[in-house]
Amino acid sequence: MSKNPNAPAGTFHPVSAPDFLPLPQLRALQLQRLKQIVERAYERVALFRQRMKERDLTPEDVTRLEDISKLPFTVKTDLRDTYPFGLFASPMKEIVRLHASSGTTGKPIVVAYTREDVQVWTNVMVRSFAACGLHEGDIIQNAYGYGLFTGGLGAHYGAEALGATVIPISGGNTQRQLMVMKDFGTTAICCTPSYFLHLIDQAEEEGIRLKQLPLRAGVFGAEPWTESMRRRIEADSGIKAYDIYGLSEIVGPGVAMECECQAGPHIFEDYFYPEIVDPKTGKPLPDGEEGELVLTTLGKQAMPMIRYRTRDITALASDTCDCGRTLRRIKRISRRSDDMFIIRGVNVYPSQVETALLKVEGALPHYQIVLTRERDLDVMEVQVEVTPEVFGDTVGALEQLQQKLSRSIESTVGVRANVRLVQPRTLQRSEGKAKRVIDQRKL
Amino acid sequence: MKVKQLSLFLENKPGALSHPIKLLAKAGFNLLTLSLADTQQFGILRLVVRDWQKAKKRLESAGFVVKVTDLVALEVADEPGGLARVLACLEKAGVNVEYMYGFTLKHEGKGLLAFRFDDPDQAIAALQRKGMKPVSSAELFKRLED
Repeated sequence: MSKNPNAPAGTFHPVSAPDFLPLPQLRALQLQRLKQIVERAYERVALFRQRMKERDLTPEDVTRLEDISKLPFTVKTDLRDTYPFGLFASPMKEIVRLHASSGTTGKPIVVAYTREDVQVWTNVMVRSFAACGLHEGDIIQNAYGYGLFTGGLGAHYGAEALGATVIPISGGNTQRQLMVMKDFGTTAICCTPSYFLHLIDQAEEEGIRLKQLPLRAGVFGAEPWTESMRRRIEADSGIKAYDIYGLSEIVGPGVAMECECQAGPHIFEDYFYPEIVDPKTGKPLPDGEEGELVLTTLGKQAMPMIRYRTRDITALASDTCDCGRTLRRIKRISRRSDDMFIIRGVNVYPSQVETALLKVEGALPHYQIVLTRERDLDVMEVQVEVTPEVFGDTVGALEQLQQKLSRSIESTVGVRANVRLVQPRTLQRSEGKAKRVIDQRKL
Repeated sequence: MKVKQLSLFLENKPGALSHPIKLLAKAGFNLLTLSLADTQQFGILRLVVRDWQKAKKRLESAGFVVKVTDLVALEVADEPGGLARVLACLEKAGVNVEYMYGFTLKHEGKGLLAFRFDDPDQAIAALQRKGMKPVSSAELFKRLED
């Protein structure tokens, strides 16, 4: 492992330079960009302007970085309420790309990129790959899904711009993944950590010895994972497992990425300004304290996000990393501040499941979502209390109900769910409000 | 002519069956018959009691989902071909048997079966045309108490 940013082994890509900016310069750059983006959003995004006016603020009120805490938050529902294009700050002729992620009502959340935004995104993805020691000559198997999901194309553009060879294999088809990995000499893979664990198991079944392949790095993200998963991946496959963080609302993957020290993802702060706030009060918290991560895009033209509440609970580490990067790091994201959960890389809200149940039953039954991990793949079970309205007295009628519910959930949420019918009053309720999600996944 | 049956939804897990049975026993209900349909995940307990309205209330207040359905209780000669004759009659009439189960009770050399039809009235009419007379609730309860 090289700790010298100028190491000759190719671990330093010129694009990585901003990673090592001296702090005063980094802060000055952030302030300059913050002012620009606030002005842009104020001029071009009605919702933001209105909220600024309600607070008696104008862009001129941002004179120091700390002033950011005066600005209004943006939340996920804002994207939904303004669906599809309400938060865009660029006319469509300047927008070269749209992506979308799953939303709560079946409507996705749409995000837009100008040509410049795609360049910014590519830039941070190159820096992500470079940070974990990938470079020209590497063969990167991109097993993130291509399509509306930002993971696939984000990693693809970054890997190409890095100068690596990209295999745009997309997600799924485990056997083909392994065949390609072996035959093409893949040196790095991008996918969700749970999927890689699945690949490890499958490789073993097929007698493919991962440790003897050229594969040496994994860029894992799109779902929360833990240190013990990292240890297992590294021990079983012989690769280095790196944590990448991102979300579509901000840019996609590449908001933050671990360096070779594996000490938590560095936020590319020159483009994404991080704050930690108390999730209940919204008050800013100092570095080191745990709270909700709030991000402001400093360089996005098409869709500036000012103080976006990520719902991810973490803390900012500002101590110097051994790699020499001055960028702050985020601690592993342990949980979310709301009920949203991520299953097989898909964001799911309990309210989506509610919508699906409601469609079938006409009234909302008591339900509970139980997440488990079987053979390293996430499994979602939706337990539904049987109501007199839907209870037919034959086995066939109940099985039909089960199937209908299952299909409705899959078509609304996009993820298969096992439906289990349970007796009334058996699901846990607390303070009158049911606990909707029980996550038993041992990460 | 029809007999009221209570159907309960149960989860397929230890203790699931004994809970409602104990509950009814404690409240003094005598089960005239019962059957259990089950899958890996859930089961349906079907039972006949005399005072079904009260039993239903009792079960519902304990949190069970209870459905009331109509059964047809039918005497079938306890000899080879006894059931086949009944079924043939129903088949001709185009009545569908959802399920059936037996009472433990025998009466004058005849067995007593509980049928759940998709259309009980049509079934009763078809049976009566062939001279087969379903046993009414009153008669059923009387016999059980003899």
